[in-house]
Amino acid sequence: MSGLAGARPASSGGPLTLAVPRGALFAGTLDVLDAVGIETAGPRGDSRALIFETPELTLVTMRPSDVPTYVEAGSAELGITGKDVLLEQRDRAVYELLDLGYGSCRMVLAARRGDATLDESERRLGAMRIATKYPRMAERYFEETGRQAEVIEVKGSVELAPLVGLADGIVDLVDSGRTLADNELEVREEITACSARLVANRVAHKLRAAEVDSFAERLRKATFAGSDR
Amino acid sequence: MTHPIPPGTRDVLPDEMRELRRLQTALAEVFAARGYGEVATPTIEYYDVLARGDEGGAPIAYRFADEQGDLLAMRADMTVPIARLVANRFARAEPPLRFFYIGNAYRAVRPQRGQMREFMQVGVELIGAEAPDGTAEVVDVLVAALDAAGLSRAVIGLGDADLYRQLLSEIGVEGETQAMLLDSLAAHDLVGLETEIAALGEIGDGEREVLLRLANMRGGAEVLDQAHDLGGAAVERATSRLRATYEALAARGIADRVQLDLGLLRDLRYYTGAILEVYDPALGHVLGGGGRYDALMGRFGASLPAAGFGLYLERMHIAQAEEERLGGGS
Repeated sequence: MSGLAGARPASSGGPLTLAVPRGALFAGTLDVLDAVGIETAGPRGDSRALIFETPELTLVTMRPSDVPTYVEAGSAELGITGKDVLLEQRDRAVYELLDLGYGSCRMVLAARRGDATLDESERRLGAMRIATKYPRMAERYFEETGRQAEVIEVKGSVELAPLVGLADGIVDLVDSGRTLADNELEVREEITACSARLVANRVAHKLRAAEVDSFAERLRKATFAGSDR
Repeated sequence: MTHPIPPGTRDVLPDEMRELRRLQTALAEVFAARGYGEVATPTIEYYDVLARGDEGGAPIAYRFADEQGDLLAMRADMTVPIARLVANRFARAEPPLRFFYIGNAYRAVRPQRGQMREFMQVGVELIGAEAPDGTAEVVDVLVAALDAAGLSRAVIGLGDADLYRQLLSEIGVEGETQAMLLDSLAAHDLVGLETEIAALGEIGDGEREVLLRLANMRGGAEVLDQAHDLGGAAVERATSRLRATYEALAARGIADRVQLDLGLLRDLRYYTGAILEVYDPALGHVLGGGGRYDALMGRFGASLPAAGFGLYLERMHIAQAEEERLGGGS
């Protein structure tokens, strides 16, 4: 059964379902699955299908930001997504089991290089205008650091906002920092480090404990996530 | 033209209402047969009264002033109002007291299937009965309720709200650091927990291992032995209440319905000792929960041990429908 209609049961038996993020984490995720011996020829092919059955796991592919939604509802027992997504959707009740290490980037506050607008807005106008794709995370960050910000949500290239005067700064995920540099922006504050995480549905974590734990353990070994211990 | 209703609320039409009512009736019969009497309390209470019972607890969705300017709130669960009721009306009654309820409660949550801001809770409160026997009775009633609802595949997660806290204190992790670790555990953030444990300067590698592994230990009776082998006397002391509860359940022949879960923490802060969560394989969401709240009655001036559970009626109904759809095929 493909389970296309409605919510799937959390633990109906059969293989576990893993939500696989398309986009920036897609290649890294498939590499890790290869490393633990899970068949990835399906998702690696050019099929437009969204669901791929393997002997061990059912893989369902989706946007990273949808992963917590599917996993919370139990339509996928397990999922892989970025820490940035989990921070933005903190009210989704999922178990965060493992830091997979890959896809590592930094969530930062950035502004135009050598430009004082950000500080000046805070000092003279009482609040900074911040453009971001992560409005809830940004609001929480400024609240926790005791500052006021007017958070402006944008969907596309955030770097544009300070360049044309929509915002004084941005909160965004940076990898190499090249996009920032190309747009004459610089990092002002590091907010947190992000990387790919393994998450589990709350009910599946209990009712299919052995399968969930053994899959997590295999991933842990494959990614050397526990290498500091 | 349509006329809106507030987000997180909904209308119930006859087909669904008939089934919900049937479920309510079946559950009420189970509770009554075991000597529990039904009570109802006002949907609105003084905000101060609710806050007294549940600091940092269930998020209250609606609060408003009446014409006197007094601050009122819609109840976020039934346990706190019933604690108030017992303190007011049964202060001199001979315990134990047994009550059940069926009523709406209100929480500030993101509305989705089976999780509305207005929802119906069904449950029992057993007041004046100590652990472990009182806890075992409550679990026994819970098992009967799940069976009556046709959810005989449901599993009851059993943990201890003080276990992890006690263990942290024993190995010298106190104060803000302890609170941070407990928050990570309650938020199911095992990655955060691992990072925080790794950063603990004052403990040895063996203790680090115990803290990490214990948070993820769940299963049958073997879990208690594994925990003992792992952590010795400190873990033995922290898990002794849980062991006693488990033995009381075994004596009633219902231990096989329970999954011991050493890392279980519920987000309502009034729990002390045993905590419960209910899972059904047909539903991705928790069906309900409960546990002991031996300190709660004392906040209302009537120190009595207490335990209970609350089930989300709408979620039970969805689980019933899913179980039917699966047709017992698995």
